[in-house]
Formats: sequence, C-alpha cells, structure tokens
Amino acid sequence: MGVIGAVLQVIAVAVGSPLLLGLMRQVRARLEGRAGAGVLQPWRDLRKLMRKEAITPRGTGWVFRAAPLLLAGTALVVAAVVPLVTTASPLDGVADLFAVTALLALGSVALALGALDTGTAFGGMGASREMTVLALVEPTILVSTFALSIRVGSTSLGSIVTATVEDPLSVISPVSVLAAAALAIVTIAETGRIPVDNPSTHLELTMIHEAMVLEYAGPDLALIEWASAMRLSVLLGLLSSLFFPLGIAGAGAGVLALPLSVITLVLKVGLLGVLLSAGEVFMAKLRLFRVPELLAGSFLLALLAVGASFFLA
Amino acid sequence: MTDAMYVQLLDLACGAFLLTGVLVLWRRELSAIVWLFALEGVALTALIVVLGVWQADLELILVGLGVGALRAGLLPYLMRRALVASGAGRETQPLVNVATSLLVAAVLAMLAYAVSQPLVRLSPTPATQAVPIALTVLLIGFFVLVTRRRALSQLVGFLLMDNAITATAFLTTSGVPLVVELGISLDLLLAVLVLQVLTTRMRAAFGGTDLDELRELHD
Repeated sequence: MGVIGAVLQVIAVAVGSPLLLGLMRQVRARLEGRAGAGVLQPWRDLRKLMRKEAITPRGTGWVFRAAPLLLAGTALVVAAVVPLVTTASPLDGVADLFAVTALLALGSVALALGALDTGTAFGGMGASREMTVLALVEPTILVSTFALSIRVGSTSLGSIVTATVEDPLSVISPVSVLAAAALAIVTIAETGRIPVDNPSTHLELTMIHEAMVLEYAGPDLALIEWASAMRLSVLLGLLSSLFFPLGIAGAGAGVLALPLSVITLVLKVGLLGVLLSAGEVFMAKLRLFRVPELLAGSFLLALLAVGASFFLA
Repeated sequence: MTDAMYVQLLDLACGAFLLTGVLVLWRRELSAIVWLFALEGVALTALIVVLGVWQADLELILVGLGVGALRAGLLPYLMRRALVASGAGRETQPLVNVATSLLVAAVLAMLAYAVSQPLVRLSPTPATQAVPIALTVLLIGFFVLVTRRRALSQLVGFLLMDNAITATAFLTTSGVPLVVELGISLDLLLAVLVLQVLTTRMRAAFGGTDLDELRELHD
C-alpha cells in the first residue's frame, strides 16, 4: 500500500509536472488575451528536444554532462520522498526535512556547476545569481518547515502532515501563517518565477535560470526542463500538503484511498499553479538588487514563525 | 468562547500585530507604511476585544473599540492627509538598507524573547506568553524611529512603539483603567497633530521633510 502510494506519487509528478507548466502558461496567455499553445505544449517541446542529437560544447567536462542527470535524479527522489499522495511511503524514514532540502540544494548546485563548466560569461553570471538566491532560499525552507515541526516534535515531513491531518484547526495559528508566507515566497524564488526570475525571458540582464541552461541542447535540455517542472510541482505540492493536507492517504487508509488522494493532489497543485500564474500577470519582475530584500523578508518571517512557536507555545 | 478558541484568536491577533509591524520595515512607499500602521491598529483592537470578551468585561471591550477608532481610523487619516499635502511618496534612503534592517529585526525578535522570559515566568498565561511579540514590535518601532529619514516614517516608528506599549499593558495586566488609557490616547493624538503642523512648517521653510538635510540654520 505504501509502496503503491510512493510509485503513484512519482508517476503523478513525472507525468503531471509538464502539464502543470502548460496549464500555467495557458492561464497566463488567456489572461493576457492570447490564445495560448495548449496545456500539452511542454510535453510536445520535450518530445521534440528528446529526438535531437546530444551535443555538448567543446571543452566541457563530466560536470557539464552529469548536471542534468543529477538535477532530474534529485527531483525524482524528492518526489518519491515528500508526502504528497501518502504519508505511509516506505521512504518515510528519509522524508526528513533536512534531507529534502539538501536534495533540492544538490540539484541546484549541480546545475550551477554545470553552467560554470562551460566557461561562458552567461553561465558564470547565471550561476552566481543562482547562488545569491540559493543562499537565502535554503535556510528559509529549513527554518519555516522547522517552525511547523516544533509542534509535532519531529522533523519528518510525514509526521508533520499526519499531525495536521489529525488536527486541521491547528493550521490557523500565527506560526503556520508566517511559515506559509515564507514558504510561498521561497517556492516562487526557488522555481524561478516572477517576481524573482522571469521563466519566459531570454534577456541577459534579467535571467537567472535561463542563463545557466543556455549551453544545453537536445536531450540534456529536455531533462533540465522536465526536472525544473518537477521541482515546481513538488514544491507546490509540499506547500499544499503542509498547510492543507486534505485527502492525503494516511497509514491506515486502504488502497481505494490512493486514487482519490491523487485526484485531490492534482486539483490542489493545479489550483495553486493557476493562482501563481494569475498573480504573475499582474506583477513585474523585481530588480535583481531587490531580490535579496524579498528573500531576507521571507527568512525573517520564517524565523519569526520559529520564534512564535516558542513564544506562544 | 472556549479555552482553545480564546488562545487561538489571541495568538492570531498577536501574529497579525507582529506581521504588520515587521512589514513596515519592508515597504518603501510611505502610503503603504501608513496602510500597514492602520492594519496594525486593527490587530491591536482585535487583541484587546478578544481579551475583553474572554474576561466578560464590557469596559475593556469599549476601551478596545476606542483604541481601534483612534489608531486604525483617526491617526492613519491624519497621516494620509499630511502625506497627500506633502506629495513625497517614498522613503528615499533609509540609513540602514532594507535587507539588513529585516535581518536586524530578526535579532531584535530574539532579544525581545530573551528579555521577556522572566516576565513570562511570573505568571505563564496565554496572554503573558504573547508579551515577547509586543516587545519585538516595540524594538522594531524604535529601530524605525532611529533609521528612517522622512518625518512621516519616523512618526510611524514612534506610533509603532506606542502601539506595542499599549499591547504590553493589556497583555500583562487584565485591563488598564479607562482614565489612563484616555490620557495616553489624547497625548498621542496631540503628538501627531503637533508633528503634522511641524511637517507643514518644515516643508514651507525647507521644501522637504528629509530630516538629514536640516543641518543649516535658517533665519
């Protein structure tokens, strides 16, 4: 039962995340008055890229080639570990928030190293910007989830979600509100959405993520795009599981609970994605100098959440 | 009102109080700062009213509503009028940049928690346990007061401090006497009115309210 849940979870994330991206682009297009390319377009792009010849720039080494694999691998492991469909996953022992954050950071660092390996100006610039963002993002994820784990007395994501399922009203507390705000800002920053980064730009002054993947082509690029989409859906899923854990199959639930929980997961993540992209239409990208301000703000919120969980305990 | 619900509502009000206080550090537009101050007044009102309902004390509820009318209604209104008259929309350059001041606020929160521990230990009720939050807002208000340049945002810092003092008073004692609260509120109103006149005069004399530029003596 737990194994089936974990497998379902990975499949849902792997298949669904490009669709989520397509949905978000479609919503954005419609709100801007364009027709949009359709929800399936990211999958079509991936298929097109997969058919191309794998080429690497001259002078790059194994770091460049390993980066997409590492990024996709960590994203898949995180998708299997985080409680999205079931809390009774056999990997629950490693569903520790430190492990999950470290895995996410490992993927980002691998991509930044790959970008540095090309030796181009853009790659270095993108890597340095990514590290600037990462330095404030990772502690914020850690601290904000830590604030939630104090109430439960365990840093396992599974037990945090289980405790929230048992007592849904405990979400309405300043600790959760502050942590939710911090985690939402960080999710936007980590996945490179507006207002931190513009995912659809190719303008060198503004891009962070795009600058790092400029040198990739063919299947490697497809892997990176797919992994980025998976990270987005995993983080949105984590946000929804931590603060709105409705429909997640617990340890005692039967096999029948699993399809239902997949459906609720898709609905929740889809709704969050629609909200996010609808918000993006009305926002402009922040200047790069203002990004640390935003992230320092979210770090402060996370720290206050931890503080509040001690103050008001 | 049940016991658990009282604690939850009180905590929520305190959380909103803290959040609006912190966000004042984050925003640069003066109009947004005034809005946040008004929201904080609402949170303070909610806090006092929750305490009043819990203690079934009509006078406390009325005091809370009066405090709300003053801090969420009248003072923001006066400040917004001063803002419209001055036309300057932005806190141009705080002495400490925004990212650093946010991190300083984190340190101040820790300091407030450490300092208020003995106070909480005297009588650990849900209300006194929220005292660190009020002290955090007090320190943040002081920080705003000393690091901002515009007269209006310094005024907001001063009023944040006063909000926090009121919150501390209501959280530690079970209600301040009406006369005392009335006196404080009138003092506050007077201070804002005087400062409003002062900023108008300053602008007439110097053309701006950036206090750092007031180095020379004028006739």
